[in-house]
Amino acid sequence: MAVINFDAELRRAGAEATHGWRRLTFLAQRYLLGTIGLVIMVLFVAMALSADLISRYDPLAVDSAHRLAAPDARHWFGTDSFGRDVWSRIIYGARISLAVGLGSTALGASIGVIVGLASGYLSGWVDLLFQRITDILQSLPLLVLALVMTAALGPSLPNVIIAIAIPLIPTVARVIRANTLALRELPFVEAAKSIGMSEMRIALRHVLPNTLAPLIVLATAQLGSTILTEASLSFLGLGIPEPYPSWGRMLSESAAEYVRVAPWLVIFPGIAISLAVFGTNLFGDALRDILDPRQRG
Amino acid sequence: MSGASKAEAVLEVRNLKTVFFTNSGLFRAVDDVSFSVRRGETLAIVGESGCGKSVTALSVMRLVPDPPGKIVGGEIILEGKNLLALDDEAMRKIRGNRISMIFQEPMTSLNPVMRIGDQITEALRLHQDISGKDAWKQAVDMLRLVRIPEPERRAQEYPHQLSGGMRQRAMIAMALACRPTLLIADEPTTALDVTIQAQILALMVDLQKKLGTGLILITHDLGVVAQTAQRVIVMYAGRKVEEASVEALFENPLHPYTRGLMASIPAVPSLDAKADARLVEIPGMVPSLTKLPTGCAFAPRCRFAVPRCREEYPPLGDFGGRHLAACWRAGEMAEAS
Amino acid sequence: MSEAQPLLEVTDLVKHYPVRGGVLRRQVGTVHAVDGVSFSLAPGETLGLVGESGCGKSTVARSVLRLVEPSSGEIRLNGEAITRLSKSELRPYRRSMQIVFQDPFASLNPRMTAGDIVGEPLTVHGLASGERKQERVAELFQQVGLRPDQMKNYPHQFSGGQRQRICIARALSLGPSLIVCDEPVSALDVSIQAQVINLLIDLQRQRNFSYLFIAHDLAVVAHISHRVAVMYLGRIVEISDKAELFANPRHPYTQALLASVPVANPRIRRLTPLVEGDVPSPINPPSGCAFHTRCRYAMDRCKLERPPLVEASAGHQVACWLNDGTGRANTNP
Repeated sequence: MAVINFDAELRRAGAEATHGWRRLTFLAQRYLLGTIGLVIMVLFVAMALSADLISRYDPLAVDSAHRLAAPDARHWFGTDSFGRDVWSRIIYGARISLAVGLGSTALGASIGVIVGLASGYLSGWVDLLFQRITDILQSLPLLVLALVMTAALGPSLPNVIIAIAIPLIPTVARVIRANTLALRELPFVEAAKSIGMSEMRIALRHVLPNTLAPLIVLATAQLGSTILTEASLSFLGLGIPEPYPSWGRMLSESAAEYVRVAPWLVIFPGIAISLAVFGTNLFGDALRDILDPRQRG
Repeated sequence: MSGASKAEAVLEVRNLKTVFFTNSGLFRAVDDVSFSVRRGETLAIVGESGCGKSVTALSVMRLVPDPPGKIVGGEIILEGKNLLALDDEAMRKIRGNRISMIFQEPMTSLNPVMRIGDQITEALRLHQDISGKDAWKQAVDMLRLVRIPEPERRAQEYPHQLSGGMRQRAMIAMALACRPTLLIADEPTTALDVTIQAQILALMVDLQKKLGTGLILITHDLGVVAQTAQRVIVMYAGRKVEEASVEALFENPLHPYTRGLMASIPAVPSLDAKADARLVEIPGMVPSLTKLPTGCAFAPRCRFAVPRCREEYPPLGDFGGRHLAACWRAGEMAEAS
Repeated sequence: MSEAQPLLEVTDLVKHYPVRGGVLRRQVGTVHAVDGVSFSLAPGETLGLVGESGCGKSTVARSVLRLVEPSSGEIRLNGEAITRLSKSELRPYRRSMQIVFQDPFASLNPRMTAGDIVGEPLTVHGLASGERKQERVAELFQQVGLRPDQMKNYPHQFSGGQRQRICIARALSLGPSLIVCDEPVSALDVSIQAQVINLLIDLQRQRNFSYLFIAHDLAVVAHISHRVAVMYLGRIVEISDKAELFANPRHPYTQALLASVPVANPRIRRLTPLVEGDVPSPINPPSGCAFHTRCRYAMDRCKLERPPLVEASAGHQVACWLNDGTGRANTNP
C-alpha cells in the first residue's frame, strides 16, 4: 500500500486551524461548491450596492435611436425595445431582487420563529390553533397565494415583500416547532426548570438559540425561492411596478415579442435569475453541512 | 479453556492500522494492533471510549465507514485468507457467513418493519442455497437455540413486540444462523439491565462452547471480561498496551493503565469499606486522538512515568507466558509482583 | 436519622401516565411508573435508589423536584409540603434542591459558555451579578476541579467528565441542601467515573448536603450511599443500610440483582442467572407481588396479595412474603 503522509497533507491544508484566515481557506477548499455559491452571492450584493458606480446608463433612460441594439462595446448586454441599457437594468434589478429576497425571507423567518416557538414551547391550544392555521396556509400553493396577496394589496415593493413572506411562515414555523419540541425534552431545559427559571426565559435563552442553525440553513434555501417567486410575480405582471427594472419583468416584457429578434433580452435576465438562485442554493447546502454538529470534529 | 491453546487460530490480525480523516485532522483510530483468536476462544478487547476497540472490530468486518475512515496497513487473516486483499463481492460472502457481528443497541440493529423470522431467513438464504421453507424452519430452530420461548410464534413477530433481552437473543440467533467461525460482539450487553445481561452472557458462553465459534468481545466492563474471556487485550488511544490470559491480567496487570482501570472500579459489595470511601482514580482524561503526546500516550496520566516515557513510545515486550505489555517499566512491575 | 427532622420525606408517591391509543386518543391503559413509594432522607445522608430500566427510579427523582407532577402522594422538604405548591410558590424551595443528570452532553446548553451556565441560577434568583457573580462562579469552578479560565469555553470544548463537573457546579451554585443525582456517572468512562464519584463524596464531606443517588449500577450505588433502596416496577421492595443490604439481602430480587453483577475476578466464574425472563411491562404489572413472575421462591400467596414493606430487622425493610414477611429465603441463594 502506498504510504501517504496524511498528517502533512492535512496540515498544509490548514486542517488544525480552528479560526481565522487559515480555517476559512481550509473550509473553502473542503466546500468548494459552497464557496462558489458564496462568491456568486457576494458578487450580486456588491453589484446591487455599487449599482450607481458600475452601471453605464440610467436604467430608466429611453433612447429611441438605439432600440433593440445587439450587445456591443457600448451596450454590453444590448438594449431593449425602448432602447434602455440591459446591463444597467440587470444591475439595478439586482437591488430589487435582493431587497425582495432578503426582506421577505427576514420577515417570513421572524414571524415563523415566533409562531414556531410559541407553538412548540407552549403546546396546548396555542399549538393547536397555530398548527391548523399553518395547515391551511400550506394547503395553498406558494405562488398562487402570493398572486392573490399582491392582487389584493396592489403592486408595490413592500406589498410584494409581504406577499412573498407570508407563504414562508408555515415552513419556518414547522421547523422551529419540531426543534423546540425536541429541545424541550433535553436535560438542560429540565435543569433550567429545576433552578426555577421562568418559561419565557427558558424559551428565549435556552430553546431559541439552539434553533438558529437549522433556521439559517432554511432561510438561505428560502432566499433562492423568494428571488424566484418575485421573478414569477413580475413575469405575471404583479410584481414591482414599471418602470423599475425587475428581472422577472424584463423577461416577461420581451419573452413573447422579441425572443427571436433580440434573444439577449431573454438570455441575460434569465442567467441573472438562475445564477442568483443557484448561488444561494450552493451556499445553503454547504452551510447545512458546516453547521451540522455531527460534522464538527 | 486450556484446550483452546492447541487449536488453530481462526483469525489473525497483524499490524492493523486504521485512520480517520476529520475536519480537525487525521487520527489513528487503530495503530499497529495485532492479535489472534482461536477456535472456541473468547478474546476480550477492553478500553474506554475512543480507544479504538470498536474500530478494530469494524476493520475486521471491513465495515469502517470510508470516508472518513480507511484501513491503511496490516493483514487480517481469516481461516488462511487475507480479508484486506478481497474485493467487495468476496467480502460480502464472508460477512454474515464466516464472520458475524452483534451490536450494542438491539433495537436499531434489527429492521423494524420485518418479522424476526424473515430477518433470520434472509441472512440464511443470502449465503446458503436452501428453500424458503427450510430456511424458516432453521430460523425457528435458531430462536429455540437462543432460548426464546415459543420460537414458532416469536418468529412471526416484529422487533418492537420483543423486549430488549429478547431482541438481543434474536440478534444472536441471526448472527449465528450461518454458523460463522468468528463472532464479534461489540458491547453486546451494555444497553441491557444487569439481570438480563447475566442471562445473555451465560447464553453466549454456552453457545460458543456448543458451536466452537471464536468470539471477540468488545467491552468496557472488566467484570464482563473476567466472567467470559480467555484472553484479553487492553487498548489505549488506538494502541494495544497489554495482552494476557484473563487470569494473568487480573492477577498481575503490568501496564499502569490496566492497574488504574482495575483499581478505579467500585467493588460490590464494599462491606469493609467506609460508607463513602473515595475510589482510586486515574487523573486527567483520555487524550484526543488528534493531539497525542510524543512517547507513551498514557504518560501524562501515569504515576509511574519517567522522562523516557515522554520521549519514546515503549515497544510491546513479552514478560513470560505470552503476557505482553507496552510500558518502559513493565519489567519492574513484573518483578515486584 | 430518626432523632432529627428528615430533610426529605416522600410518602406514598404515585405517578401514573395514561396510555392513549386509537384514532380518538382515548385512554387505553395506565403506566404505573411509580406506585406508592415512601422514604425519607436525613441531612448529610446519601440514599441510593437502584433498579433496572422501567422501575420508576428516574420518575421518583423528577417528582421530588416537581419536574414531573406526581399523581398523588406527598413530598416534604424540611417538613414543608411542596407537592401542591404553584410554580411561583415553589421557586424559593428550588434553591434547596438541585439535580445532576445522566447525559453530560445534553444537560448543558451548547450555545452558552460554561461560566454563564454555572452563573445563570445566581442571576435567576437575584443572588449575585456582575463582578460578584464572576467571582462566585470562579470559586465554584475551583471547587469542582475546573480552572476559572475555562469559564469562557463552550460545552463542546470539554470532555464528558468535565461537563459533569460543570453540571455539579451549576447544582452547587444555589447552595442546595439536597442534590438529586440521576445516573450521574453511567455515561462516563470507567476511569472518569471514579473521579466524579470522588468529587461528589468530597463535596458532601465539605458541605454536608444530602444526595438522592439514582443508578442502575449496584457497585456505584454501593460505593457512595449510606442507605440503599431497591425498586422493582414502581415500588420499593427493600430498603436498608448499605452494609446490611449487601451482607444480608432479603428480597429475592435484591439477591438476583447482586448475583447478576459480573465479578471482576476470573477465578470466581458464576454465570448462572438467578432470574429468568424480562421485567414485565409497567402498563399491566403482575398482580400481588410484581416480582412473582420471575421469582424462584414464588408461592400462591405472592400472586394474590401484595406484600407490604415491613421492618425485618432494625432499619431493614423488605416487601416479601417469605418467612412470614421477613423476606429471608429458606434456601441459600
